[in-house]
Amino acid sequence: MGTYIVRRFALMLLTLFGISVLIFVMLRMVPGNIADILFDAAGMIDVSEKAKLEHELGLDKPIIVQYAEWISGLARGDLGYSYVSEKPALDEIAPRIPITAKLAGLALAFSVIFGVPLGVLSAVKQNSMLDYVLRVVSLSGLSMPAFWLGLLILMVFVSAFGSIPIYTDPPQGFWSALGLYSVPAAAVGFRSSALVMRLTRSSMLEVLRQDYIRTARAKGAADWMVNYRHALRNALLPVVTVIGIEAAFLMGGLIVTETVFNIPGVARFLVEAIRWRDYPIVQNLVMFIAAVAVAVNFLIDLLYAVLDPRIRYAS
Amino acid sequence: MAILDITPTPTAEVASADTLWTKIRYHAVAHPLGLAGAVIMLVFVFAAVFADFITAYDPVATNAAISLLPPGHAHPLGTDAMGRDIYSRIVYGARISLAVGLGSTALGSILGVILGLASGYIGGWIDLVIQRIVDILQAMPLLVLALVMAASLGPALGNTIVAIAIPLIPYTARVIRSNTLALREQPFVEAARAVGMSELRIAVRHVLPNTLAPLIVIATAQLGAAILTEASLSFLGLGVPEPHPSWGRMLSESAAEYVRVAPWLVVFPGLAISLAVFGTNLFGDALRDILDPRLRD
Repeated sequence: MGTYIVRRFALMLLTLFGISVLIFVMLRMVPGNIADILFDAAGMIDVSEKAKLEHELGLDKPIIVQYAEWISGLARGDLGYSYVSEKPALDEIAPRIPITAKLAGLALAFSVIFGVPLGVLSAVKQNSMLDYVLRVVSLSGLSMPAFWLGLLILMVFVSAFGSIPIYTDPPQGFWSALGLYSVPAAAVGFRSSALVMRLTRSSMLEVLRQDYIRTARAKGAADWMVNYRHALRNALLPVVTVIGIEAAFLMGGLIVTETVFNIPGVARFLVEAIRWRDYPIVQNLVMFIAAVAVAVNFLIDLLYAVLDPRIRYAS
Repeated sequence: MAILDITPTPTAEVASADTLWTKIRYHAVAHPLGLAGAVIMLVFVFAAVFADFITAYDPVATNAAISLLPPGHAHPLGTDAMGRDIYSRIVYGARISLAVGLGSTALGSILGVILGLASGYIGGWIDLVIQRIVDILQAMPLLVLALVMAASLGPALGNTIVAIAIPLIPYTARVIRSNTLALREQPFVEAARAVGMSELRIAVRHVLPNTLAPLIVIATAQLGAAILTEASLSFLGLGVPEPHPSWGRMLSESAAEYVRVAPWLVVFPGLAISLAVFGTNLFGDALRDILDPRLRD
């Protein structure tokens, strides 16, 4: 187990290194850098001025040097300066992280609270009317774009209440934060809950066919006892994996949902930074997102071994 | 060689065509939801192919005099802020969605198959290198990678296809690799090698066809994901550029402004996206059950 963790950790660092190279190279392929955009916007065509700006931003250095400067800065906690706001990139990114983290946490909670029980219900009542309805609803959850669901929710709120709680100032206190975040979190979490529900259902069906379930029923255990104490506990293992993967991959839904609901988190910030060719923000943000995704996967692997005593990673 | 490359006799061909039709009918009855999915997909394909014949208006022609008309007789789904007919735009939008969806799925599958087959069949350091590349691509959320790729390639239809295809590669590569690893040990591979076939030929002619079932299953699932990603990219303004009517761009941020005054601008394009993806998901689920029961999630 020890050597497995070390090996897995080394691979994780290698992956992150690969991502950093990929992102860096891709961003340098972008047609038109920040200097072009600023000059287009201002309608200026003075070539020497533009060259001066490119020099100031370090865009005229060889790409390898630029990369080395970025990585060595990253190691020292210096992420460079945003081209747009000219503030340190860290100061721009850090305050937005808790906002997105709260939204993601609520969305995950939503997906587990709805996904797991409905998945169990669907499996226990397999091929009933209820099962069909739940399966169609969950499949439609996987088919709807998160931003459209967000827009629909906005629409319903506006027509029912005339307005919707919109993010203007940071919310004060637990309840106001919950009120503000829960609607967009539901828009993001609907897809995840559909995924969790489908997986719980198929995992439950698999377990319910096992011999030990038949034994439990034969000895006269109550239905709910068999379903929840015997079956669900074993069926939840693959579900844990998917919840972990979802936690890292919620980002896609968060990007569009933060845009729809005007929430100033990191996900919306990424899109803005991409539009502005704000390299320091984009490359650091993508690295951060990738690091979270990779770390979560790593933790899920370890958690899996803890939860399931049958799994022992061979070294 | 003659032993391995038997050409089927014409009579066998006729018989297999007959059983194929019987099989399709059998599965259609056994999987009514999958049939519904196939029908939905066919409707969208029909709309994309015959868009010129089933619409009355130019999807890109603007007319300020008829801006924001609610759904009515002349414009069944209403018009947008620039006076463009929503119905025509949705019908023509099917072309973009299907072109990007099918294009990026096909490209991602081809690249994924090449990487997966090389990784699983050759093994060794090639496998190691390819697996690290797959790890890197898979570590990033699909939309994040597609966003950065789309931005770096610039706005164009072809670039959007590439930007969505690349993030799809790792999933295909993983599935093909694990299938290839199992197939490589099969006796028929050994037999092919014994008669002196080249390794490349064994991989392409004998191993690859056996991975077709899981490949079709995963490609169908990715088609829905690709359509959704195109919609998200266009929604964020980094997808298919004007003047192509794209469902995602019809819902772009400006749609939020019209939520109050023109809900039809929000409802119909989103319905089109959801229905198209729903169709591929229903169809994909049934295909998975039919082709590869082990993949049932």
